Amino acid sequence: MSLIFFIEKMDAQQNSSTNKKGNPVIEIKNLYKSFGELKVLNGFNLQLFEGENLVLMGKSGSGKSVMIKCLIGLIEPDSGSIEILGKDISKLNQKEMDELKAEIGFLFQGSALYDSMTVRENLEFPMRRHQNKIDIKNADALVMEALESVGLAKAIDLMPEELSGGMQRRIALARALILKPKIIFYDEPTTGLDPITAKEIILLMENIQEKYKTSSLIITHDVDCARVVSNRMILLLNGVDYVEGTFEELQASKDPKVQAFFK
Amino acid sequence: MEKSSSLSENINAFFAEIGELTYFAGRYFREAVSPPFEFREFLRQCYYMGNKSLLLVGVTGFILGLVFTLQTRPTLLEFGAVAWMPSMISISIVREIGPVMIALICAGRIGSGIGAELGSMRVTEQIDAMEVSGTNPFKFLVVTRIMATTLMLPILVILGDFIALFGSALIENIKGEVSFLLYFNEVFEALEFSDFFPATIKTFFFGFAIGLVGCFKGYNSKKGTAGVGKASNSAVVFTSMLLFIIDFIAVFVTDIFY
Repeated sequence: MSLIFFIEKMDAQQNSSTNKKGNPVIEIKNLYKSFGELKVLNGFNLQLFEGENLVLMGKSGSGKSVMIKCLIGLIEPDSGSIEILGKDISKLNQKEMDELKAEIGFLFQGSALYDSMTVRENLEFPMRRHQNKIDIKNADALVMEALESVGLAKAIDLMPEELSGGMQRRIALARALILKPKIIFYDEPTTGLDPITAKEIILLMENIQEKYKTSSLIITHDVDCARVVSNRMILLLNGVDYVEGTFEELQASKDPKVQAFFK
Repeated sequence: MEKSSSLSENINAFFAEIGELTYFAGRYFREAVSPPFEFREFLRQCYYMGNKSLLLVGVTGFILGLVFTLQTRPTLLEFGAVAWMPSMISISIVREIGPVMIALICAGRIGSGIGAELGSMRVTEQIDAMEVSGTNPFKFLVVTRIMATTLMLPILVILGDFIALFGSALIENIKGEVSFLLYFNEVFEALEFSDFFPATIKTFFFGFAIGLVGCFKGYNSKKGTAGVGKASNSAVVFTSMLLFIIDFIAVFVTDIFY
């Protein structure tokens, strides 16, 4: 994955049409969440369309992480509705919610690999939980396929502590992919990585979207990452106000609050 | 004025923590009886906590028996009561010293380990990752660990008691020329069901307390590496205190029935 290839991908992305919208796979309407007096989300709306890469940028404390945790049920919103793949998550029971989670991959900021398990066990873990979706007899083949897609097949029997930060992130990406999800959430996918490894991760995200046709919601502070992977962007200013557009549209904005993200 | 307000804050915090711990215990019982059951993880934890604590418990028990016998021997000799040594040592170890000492050792090894492990899993978002993958982390991490400590501690205590008695027998064999056979005959003659049964029952509670507090501190640890250290440390302190309270209650109840 050379730098030239990276730049070519970047240009291709910039030239691609951003107006192709399929069916919404995620729809958030009027989402409110407060912690005591602090209003974090105040009537937030969002739509993520099929096959789309939506980048969500915002400064720290603007409610990005709270929003994504509301989406996967780690935090309960005060009010508002969240529909994922046409299902209102507030109306799902635990079993239905668990089944829905099989359709969602999540790349955590710190990779969040289970450090008492090998790479193989880390990847097998979600499969064991969703045996109705995945045939566990094919576990080895699926693990190898996921590892090959991130270029780390040789790391299969290593422990997370034996891997570098970049390798851990790639394994975490393989784990997010193992159930072949329809949606992937990326929480700061390039944070804490050196620029070269960050570019490798960005390219992987691109390749994954092309190969698996996933819809992705990407939280990032990395402008380069946003430029390459985004079809559409939302800049969250403070959980209440936000602006939406393509990377180019937002970059060209005269609004100083928007411009601050690109400087 | 400031001192009294700080004291009342500490008292409030203490009772708030007791309340949270009680709620946590209630959730454990609720989750423990509802499927799915994580047998594989439970067995892994039993192996980890039991097998990996064997050496520590063995060495502690052996030294406990040696030292206890060496310290007691001169006094019994003075009164010409050295023949009482096996019965005295066995009753002391089986009823009280063995369970409490081994539980304290396990609180240090297992309790702090659970606190640190779950604390670091919380900090590094591994618990969130589990939830996202459709796993109930409370069931997978907490229920299995509490069950494993509850089951393994009595086994470790019985083993530790036996090794402590072996240490005592060794000293008697060397110093008093008492054979192992004679020593253990005396031990089993002295020990009654009422010595063994209540002592074993209380070790289940000790095991439960070690698992519960370790999981509670680790699972609820605050973000940051300092939170992990604090979870591990306070798990040991809180468990040790709880062990003595349980021991007091157990002795009190035993005294009523036996």
